Amino acid sequence: MNKRSLLAGPYIVWIIGFTVLPLLMIIFYALGDGRGEMTMSNILAIFEPVHLKALLLALWLAILCTGICLVLAYPLALILRKLNIGKQGMMAIIVILPMWVNFILRIMAWQLLLSRNGLINGALGAIGLPGQDLANSSMAIVIGMVYDYLPFMILPVYNAVTDLKDDVIEAARDLGAPPKAVLTRIMIPLTKPGIISGITMVFVPSLTAFAIPDILGGGKVMLIGNIIEQEFSTSMNWHLGSGLSIALMIFVLISMIFTSNEEEGKERRAW
Amino acid sequence: MVRSKNFFMKFYLALIIAFLYIPIAVLVVLSFNDSRSRVVWGGFTLEWYKTLFHNSDVVAALQNTLTIGFGSALIATVIGVLAAVGIDAMKKRSYSLTLGVGNIPMLNADIVTGIALMLWFSRFTNLGYVSILLAHVTFNIPYVILSVLPKLQQMDMSVYEAARDLGASSVKAFTRVILPNIFPAVVSGFFMAVTMSMDDFVVTYFTKGAGINTLSTMIYGELKRGIKPEMYALSTLIFAVVLIVLLLVNYMPRIRQKQIQRKLQNRKAAS
Repeated sequence: MNKRSLLAGPYIVWIIGFTVLPLLMIIFYALGDGRGEMTMSNILAIFEPVHLKALLLALWLAILCTGICLVLAYPLALILRKLNIGKQGMMAIIVILPMWVNFILRIMAWQLLLSRNGLINGALGAIGLPGQDLANSSMAIVIGMVYDYLPFMILPVYNAVTDLKDDVIEAARDLGAPPKAVLTRIMIPLTKPGIISGITMVFVPSLTAFAIPDILGGGKVMLIGNIIEQEFSTSMNWHLGSGLSIALMIFVLISMIFTSNEEEGKERRAW
Repeated sequence: MVRSKNFFMKFYLALIIAFLYIPIAVLVVLSFNDSRSRVVWGGFTLEWYKTLFHNSDVVAALQNTLTIGFGSALIATVIGVLAAVGIDAMKKRSYSLTLGVGNIPMLNADIVTGIALMLWFSRFTNLGYVSILLAHVTFNIPYVILSVLPKLQQMDMSVYEAARDLGASSVKAFTRVILPNIFPAVVSGFFMAVTMSMDDFVVTYFTKGAGINTLSTMIYGELKRGIKPEMYALSTLIFAVVLIVLLLVNYMPRIRQKQIQRKLQNRKAAS
């Protein structure tokens, strides 16, 4: 321990006080049954059909959302690199600026856009297509989540793609690699840390979301986040709520090991 | 061929930007709508902008949002910058441990962070303004470190050691040598933290307790009863202010550069 590392002191105190101990607290609640006995039943309650169904639906929507975000963000990053714009951080500003408009209001605006006589159906009708009943469905939730989490995919992927050296790509081309091979064998492998960072930043919040499903699902679609939230707000069963949270956390950890086992020891960077 | 490809790339870029900004456009339109309904256009009005600051609930929520946003970002920046300098000096093992545990609030699900902090705070004290502030500092610190640490690692620390050897106190060496080098990263970390705080709903929702609101939780509460049109006006105003500030920050340096050039030319001409 040298002297300069003592500067991290306040930070270490802070993480112990406001990250480690609160997490122990939630474990403590999860293992209690409210009568002073230890129990695993709150955590194992995740396997009850109604909870498991909500978890699996949340997982499916989160995978969809993460996949769509990646498919939208990667070409965008390639285009920005090609057009050589956004070097001065302009793209970061464009992507972050919407966050200053209240999150709930932006999601509510999607509710209006997707409703039966909303703008999207109006536009579809104008070009002669049949109207879609988009509001209050799983599809609406996915659209809302893609909208809200896309910046968290764009920024790391864009950073990774702009960091690619032109020389490497030129070398691959000079050696006769067709464009497809340049993409799949050079660019994607080299930008993998950015891709993985983007996937984590989108997958975790979309798996655990509760406000977006609440607003855009119209109370019809129950995801695991909604069930946990209701244990605290309406059912007032803090022990069960904590147990399900812990189960959800374990589930997230397992899926993260699944995606990131190859980048052991590498720095994670978000922007 | 090349031209059509270029057009296609710009078109895709425009589509993504439109996707990110369409909901905001909806809110701007609603802020001028002379009808309390969200779906009926009742003509143009500035009414909501006039009544906005007469509504004491809205003003209180705005104050809470802003003071918590800037306050938590400021505290997080101080702790985070010190932490980054400290972590940078650590040996590999404590380095990755400190950073790993510290990143938990950023990688963990918001709902779990919120619930854990709520359970922890409610053990000791009533939930309220202070608990929201502490919670926001907690999830903001990783963003500051993430912004500052890479800059520190690029910096040549022997300059700092040299300043110390030449008799500068550690505080002076920090403020005169390290801080100027990492200052842009400190500023961007600070603004990232303000943005994340303003954008947060989930953590605030769980840690706020009764009787206090930020804009997010207030609007969420109004969703079922109908959102006050003043909210659209307020979010339009916030968006406009942030947009103007960002444009100024981006273009100011260039304008100033031109002014300096002109002054130099004038001086040359005079002599």
